Amino acid sequence: MNRWNVHVHGWLLLLPAAVLLVTFTHYPTAATLYHSFFSTAKPSRPSVWVGLDNYRAMVEDPVFWQVLQNNLWFALGTIPASIALAILMAVWVNGKIAGRGLLRLSFFTPTVLPMIAVANIWLFFYTPGYGLLEQITGLFGLPSHNWLGSRSTALPCLIVVTVWKEAGFFMIFYLAALQSVSPHLHEAATLMGAGRWYFFRRVTFPLLMPTTLFVLINAVINSFRLVDHIVVMTKGGPDNATSLLLYYIYDVGFKFWDAGYAAALTLVLLIILAAFAVGQFLFLDRRVHYQ
Amino acid sequence: MSKAARTLETGAAWLLGILWALPLAYALWTAFHPAQFSTHFVLRAPLTLENFAKAWDAAPFARYFVNTVLLVTMILAAQLVLCTLAAYAFARFSFRGREVAFLLVLVQLMIMPDVLIVENYRTMSRLGILDTLGAIGLPYMASAFGIFLLRQTFKTVPKELDEAARVEGASMLEVLWKVYVPLARPVYIAYALVSISYHWNNFLWPLIVTNSVNSRPLTVGLQVFSSGDQGVDWSIITAATLMTSAPLLVGFLLFQRQFVQSFMRAGIR
Repeated sequence: MNRWNVHVHGWLLLLPAAVLLVTFTHYPTAATLYHSFFSTAKPSRPSVWVGLDNYRAMVEDPVFWQVLQNNLWFALGTIPASIALAILMAVWVNGKIAGRGLLRLSFFTPTVLPMIAVANIWLFFYTPGYGLLEQITGLFGLPSHNWLGSRSTALPCLIVVTVWKEAGFFMIFYLAALQSVSPHLHEAATLMGAGRWYFFRRVTFPLLMPTTLFVLINAVINSFRLVDHIVVMTKGGPDNATSLLLYYIYDVGFKFWDAGYAAALTLVLLIILAAFAVGQFLFLDRRVHYQ
Repeated sequence: MSKAARTLETGAAWLLGILWALPLAYALWTAFHPAQFSTHFVLRAPLTLENFAKAWDAAPFARYFVNTVLLVTMILAAQLVLCTLAAYAFARFSFRGREVAFLLVLVQLMIMPDVLIVENYRTMSRLGILDTLGAIGLPYMASAFGIFLLRQTFKTVPKELDEAARVEGASMLEVLWKVYVPLARPVYIAYALVSISYHWNNFLWPLIVTNSVNSRPLTVGLQVFSSGDQGVDWSIITAATLMTSAPLLVGFLLFQRQFVQSFMRAGIR
């Protein structure tokens, strides 16, 4: 093949994918920025340039700040818990524990279920009056509580669902990493009288660090991307207590049909994701094993 | 470790395992028993399939199933073709602008179609294809993740195999089809399983672009059904919920190892 051919063939092979990627990833990213400087078109008045008005409205919008704060709490509530549980599950399933196949099945099954189905099941779980949670708390003589209906417990309830769904998924990455840890290390440590916890803290955990970084990035993206359970369980309520950034974008864009403001909000989400992308590029790139 | 400590640990592991299985077990109980037993646990409660029958009759689930199967197949087929071609280009053609193009592809790993709902809706509306399966699938067909995964695999294919095939007179696409694709089979299977589960379960974007029975996939159909005029007959809603996730769940139970390995392979890359 001559040199000119390489360029033509390379681009031709790439072309179909490139067209779709540009149309549905790069163009909309640029268009988000552009449209965030315009007002939303109304039947009586077409969309006009409004400069930074949408951003000004955003800074003054208490719901926006509430939603950002919710998202932060949601991330803080889901990420460390699901990672810690994932490590615990992986260590157990990797060891010689009785019934380990069943345990692995139980931990991993939530991963293959649709979030929307999971949310329906948990919605029933949390139902005031006769849901399973109410029945259990009832056994202990605790008063009835509307778990998803009160501001203080609604977001923690969603965090529990997310941790339940994600921990098993993250477990498999730790399981893979644990299986690559040499058994000799464990033998050597045992000979030297190292306790199990000491061994985990000083040997296993540091060896799992690349996996933890990888899982962390995934968990962060998920905490900004997954809102299916909110649509089903709370619709962002009560009083915006469970609305996350992407859910708010959905609300503004497709319930209030305020495309200009939704574009400004989307840009904030894109900046957050891009910041993590840069972080991943700087910190994680060296640790992932490219072939 | 002492025996007591080991027993305690096994107990803790099992407690967590039971806790993890509880929501699904609860759903199974509710779906397979008459409504009066839905929150009432009696060992002798009669089993029934009536909740499933009622759910099936109450909404066009057959149509939703067809839509989802068509959608998932269409997306997967397009992804396999597009990603294979692009990955081949990135792995074996040092064309001008390759590095920049690859970086631009990777952008999609962070900025997924899931978050570009407002602008993509505008595009679909301008194309006049709102409320079609095509509108649901198009943003996902060129998958950066698939391109990345296949590129890594294609790069491990020895160049000598490629050259030998060319010497025998095979064209560029024949080499791709006869040398690269067969060698990447396990990666294709892993990618396919992940893609199928992702799109079977996808919800927000299909919810936004569809508004009729003709294009609604199962997840959106389930949401419309359970938030509609059902009141709160949990037995029926739970039956519908299990029904929509059954194909994936059964597939997972049958090919557990394959699933876990695929998710792992796809994640670690």
